[in-house]
Amino acid sequence: MSSGELVIEDLCAGIPGREILKGVSLTVRSGEVHAVMGPNGCGKSTLAHVLMGRPGYEVLSGRVTLDGVDLLALPTWQRARAGLFLAMQHPIEVPGVTLVDALGAGRPDVPADEVGPQFKPVDERLAEQADRIGFDRRFLERPLNVDLSGGERKRNETLQMTVLEPRFAVLDEIDSGLDVDALAAVGRRVLEATAEWGLGVLAITHFRRLLDVLPPDVVHVMADGKVVATGDRSLADLVDKSGYAGYR
Amino acid sequence: MPLADPPALDGPSWMNERRTASRQALAEARWPTSRDEVWRYSRIDEFDRDRFTPARRSGVVDAGVGRSLSEQVHALAGEFGPRSALLVTLDGVLTTVSSTLAGDVAYIGKLADSSDGEVLIASTVGGAKDFVLMNDVECIDPLLIDVGEGCNIADPVVVIHVVTGEEGSATFPRTVVRVKAGGHLALVEAVVDVHSPLLRPTSTNVLATPPGERMVAPVTELVLDENATLDYVGIQSLSGATWQFAHQSSRIDAGAVMRSFVVALGGNYARLRTDSLLMGQGGRSELRAAFIGRDDQMLDFRTLQDHAAPKTVSDLLFMGAVTDRAHSVYSGLIRVRNGAVKSDARQTNHNLVLNEGAHADSVPNLDILENDVACSHGSTVGPVDEDQLYYLASRGIEPGEAERLIVGGFFASIAEQTPVAGTQALIARALAARTELAHD
Repeated sequence: MSSGELVIEDLCAGIPGREILKGVSLTVRSGEVHAVMGPNGCGKSTLAHVLMGRPGYEVLSGRVTLDGVDLLALPTWQRARAGLFLAMQHPIEVPGVTLVDALGAGRPDVPADEVGPQFKPVDERLAEQADRIGFDRRFLERPLNVDLSGGERKRNETLQMTVLEPRFAVLDEIDSGLDVDALAAVGRRVLEATAEWGLGVLAITHFRRLLDVLPPDVVHVMADGKVVATGDRSLADLVDKSGYAGYR
Repeated sequence: MPLADPPALDGPSWMNERRTASRQALAEARWPTSRDEVWRYSRIDEFDRDRFTPARRSGVVDAGVGRSLSEQVHALAGEFGPRSALLVTLDGVLTTVSSTLAGDVAYIGKLADSSDGEVLIASTVGGAKDFVLMNDVECIDPLLIDVGEGCNIADPVVVIHVVTGEEGSATFPRTVVRVKAGGHLALVEAVVDVHSPLLRPTSTNVLATPPGERMVAPVTELVLDENATLDYVGIQSLSGATWQFAHQSSRIDAGAVMRSFVVALGGNYARLRTDSLLMGQGGRSELRAAFIGRDDQMLDFRTLQDHAAPKTVSDLLFMGAVTDRAHSVYSGLIRVRNGAVKSDARQTNHNLVLNEGAHADSVPNLDILENDVACSHGSTVGPVDEDQLYYLASRGIEPGEAERLIVGGFFASIAEQTPVAGTQALIARALAARTELAHD
């Protein structure tokens, strides 16, 4: 079980000409689940993409570190290798490239002895993890996200996370487009990961229903590019009951 | 070009009469220039036909070379798995015919020896011009594959045209195919030269030993009678300074289905014109192509989806990549003639431009004379998709490797659409090899 932290300090960022994040600060420790809630347009998804380094976004000021490593100085692929994972709200289709190809290429530098006895070839790990999350093994042969339903894509994102075993995962509305069963499977699997290898989770969501299956240790409410409230799980219940009106 | 006098080539009298007539037509015709719409963007102005002389091999090459070449050609044919027949031409001369098919299933051999040859040749290329006329004059042994009514040839007939000609030589392969009513044929046709990596799998760089300038002008004619099915795969793997002017034309009758898949790999200037005429109700034409241009290569595709009957369907997808200083052109026309109601035409062209020196042109055109039709066309030209790169990067894949995966995936997604299953591995491998080269 690793210990470490993902620290976001006074992060200001946006797209050219528009500041969207106006000073976000929060810290996620290994094994913790943090929920980020907030109304449409508050900057939740921007936060996810700025953390991962999506082209088109720019950081104006602030710091993000993962176990002390300055993430913002790294290109996206090195952020991933440093231990950050993003489950995307809209996973991107990559025609002709299978999961095995992609995940095999994502960890070429990991020697077997470094990841311990649980290390197995990527295809075996994919098959094993696919079963755990109820992702049809036939889909493993498919090109990434091509001809998958919304729910299958989200299971697929979660599956990739469990194979890559990142230190911290940002889940960008992983509950959107999921039916009740898929939501339960995804939530349960993420929760297990927090215990299995101390995954730290930043779960961005509109709705409390994800948090029923993935109980958060900390809940943050974002509005207008800032964290305006932080609390325990009861904060999510409060938001669910009274909406975001009081936070705008 | 010093064209053949009629007595210089063998054949029945009707064939020599055709040669004479075509020779006359060629002499009278104005030679095209890049100002002609169908030659826009092309290198036709740089092509000097007087520099080329028809290769007239006896079909016999140096014994040592011949044996190893023959082995290489058979090895290539073997890559496609079980086959029904093999035809090999050497600089236009038929040198090998081996067939497991009974005569009442299919005629396979020289077109000149078939009683239907005279009516079938040029039956799909009305108003033949320039390079098709040259082929009319100079093709030595036009081939005919004529499949009987209701006969099913599932294991492919394999045709390999080998170009051995030296600098300044011109070669004119011709293949005529007819599938009679209700018949089915799988056909693989390859045009290669002795430097092709397909014949020399040990050679890693197709352009490492460029031969001198030469030209090849293949013509392939595909005739589908009612309810016939043709699965056609064409592979072009020429090398070095070769000029290729290829012409594929098909005529598809009622209820017939043609699935064509073309892979263009080599040549310096390699042009393929693809004309598909849907002349009977409910006919269907699926046209696929995959191509990779590198170095100073130019790959030039012109297509015509010609709907002349009701409820006809055409579905075109051409996908390619260019790198180095290579240039590709895709120019396609969908024509829906009067009366071709309820037709459905689709045309898609995707181009990856892998570096700044490379260039791709994509020019869709529509000529629709009916209202009650469905037509769509779309094209993309650009570098590897930024979102796809980002997605793979978010999985820890460094940019060079991500681009290799995406380009590989791009071609894998088209290679799997080959209508002749036995060709998929070779197509995928040839495209991958060329993609790898593009990243050196």
